[in-house]
Amino acid sequence: MKKTLFSALTLVLLYGCASTPVEPEKPAEPSVQTPAPPVAPPLAARPVQPAPQVDLTKRSVFYDYDKYDIKDEYRPVLQAHGKYLAENRGKKMLIQGNCDERGSREYNIALGQRRAEGVKRMLVLMGATETQVEPVSLGEEKPRCTDHNEGCWSQNRRSDMLYGGEY
Amino acid sequence: MLRPLMTRPAKFLAALLFVTGAAQAQLTIEIIGSGAIQIPIAVLPFAGESVLPQSITEIIEQDLSRSGRFRAIFVGGVNPLPTEIAQVNFPEWKSRLADAMVIGQAQRLPDGKLEVRFRLLDVLKQSQIGGIAFTFTAAQTRLTAHKIADFIYEKMTGERGVFSTRIAYIVKQGPRYELRVADADGQNAQSILISSEPIMSPAWSPDGARMAYVSFQNKKPILFVQNLSASKQPAPVANYRGSNSAPAWAPDGKQLAAVLTKDGTSQIYLMSPDGTNLRRLTSSQAIDTEPFFTPDGQSIYFTSDRGGSPQIYRMPASGGEPVRMTFEGDYNVSPRVSPDGKILAYISRVSGRFQLMVMDLESKQVQALTDGQRDESPSFAPNGRIILYASDVDSRGVLAAVSSDGRFRQRLGIQAADVREPSWGPFLGN
Repeated sequence: MKKTLFSALTLVLLYGCASTPVEPEKPAEPSVQTPAPPVAPPLAARPVQPAPQVDLTKRSVFYDYDKYDIKDEYRPVLQAHGKYLAENRGKKMLIQGNCDERGSREYNIALGQRRAEGVKRMLVLMGATETQVEPVSLGEEKPRCTDHNEGCWSQNRRSDMLYGGEY
Repeated sequence: MLRPLMTRPAKFLAALLFVTGAAQAQLTIEIIGSGAIQIPIAVLPFAGESVLPQSITEIIEQDLSRSGRFRAIFVGGVNPLPTEIAQVNFPEWKSRLADAMVIGQAQRLPDGKLEVRFRLLDVLKQSQIGGIAFTFTAAQTRLTAHKIADFIYEKMTGERGVFSTRIAYIVKQGPRYELRVADADGQNAQSILISSEPIMSPAWSPDGARMAYVSFQNKKPILFVQNLSASKQPAPVANYRGSNSAPAWAPDGKQLAAVLTKDGTSQIYLMSPDGTNLRRLTSSQAIDTEPFFTPDGQSIYFTSDRGGSPQIYRMPASGGEPVRMTFEGDYNVSPRVSPDGKILAYISRVSGRFQLMVMDLESKQVQALTDGQRDESPSFAPNGRIILYASDVDSRGVLAAVSSDGRFRQRLGIQAADVREPSWGPFLGN
């Protein structure tokens, strides 16, 4: 629950610093019961400065049910991160593949891995090196959203890109 | 025939207690449906039973009833309690419709230990089927009850009982994950591992002494094998780049199959249980996961999407060409083979619902055993009679058990917690 909240806050922070209006991601309720764990220091304040027109603050790729192919709409985002990694060889990235709760937990580990692996391949194609990016899977074990409906599931079918120091 | 018996599982149990201390919330059991043919049995209180810390005959009776194979006969109003066959009023028990009955006595020995002697009687033949004496400590009372229930079950059904075996499962309560081991009836739970990160896929070693599992404590799935008598978590046995998961033991306990992604997609590897002697078993561009050894150790069943959707395959444990086993539907996962090697249990998605299926491996006939929404993680009892699996009630994870003929079902839940990923432990030697 806290984790979910943390993720939600992180998202708001991330989108908050984008230059274009953010997409209708659920805003974090300001009146939440539990205080958020210390967000130390906000990701947006890190020196991962987006170059002009390139949006490095977008960190997630979303998928259809049972699928791991990357939709075209995510190409510019991956291109930006690939380019950034190519220009910053010292930077490392962890890619976490996630699944919705349906189906076998172990199969979902494999499916999440496939999703993360796909993102890694794309980043390498865009200039990152193999050693810079590690794709791992969280399967269905760390859902961002915990309701049992498609609204939630679509948020959980996701790969997240985290730079060194962010995980 | 009476013979004293000091059991090895008792020592094992004592070791567990030492390590971990008891977990608070116990599993509670709810029974749904009943077996087709139930043996009516009268379990009489044992004379002198009050010296024991708990009623041993109550536990025996509950074990037998819960198996779905027995129906407990009312035993009230008997005074004095018979302890020898000559003292039994057989016509009365015949009129109470009992086919079998259990009598016995309990006493405290001069050295402080406890002793129970019991006899299993055939009411119709008015003869003794068998009897044993157990000497045990107070802490072993439950285990002794389970051993007696096992004895009765085996004598009456011809199959080995599983009441004295143990189960492992994962409990998620708020942000806390626990790997627990409990008696087969859900009682006497002990925590093996507590973590703030997910724990997955517990798998018993064939000798019941070790547990393989997956932990996310380092922010990704890595594989551990923990000795149940050890007080500390050991070093991981597989912590390669990417994900490390889906452990499965070879029946001889000398090899572990697991899924690694160090060379790309999820592939099956074999290793020694300490992680050495690593070698790759499958080589596909697809997902290969959920390995499970056949009881003879010759083959491995696994899940693969090499054909375009997740299906179950079988391949030689020494490597070689896989054979596809499932053809109906587009999502068949989590293969588990029965201890006699004759039945394949797995999970199938049918119209959006995840159900437990069994396939007769000879005739290839398939039967749905459940009609749940989210049934998963099947695990055979070591006698093959019952399949334990994860299910959900009102979006809360519970364990459920179904007889392999589908006739008898029960649910095991913990209030306000998610229970998942059951793994039934092996028979322990005697």
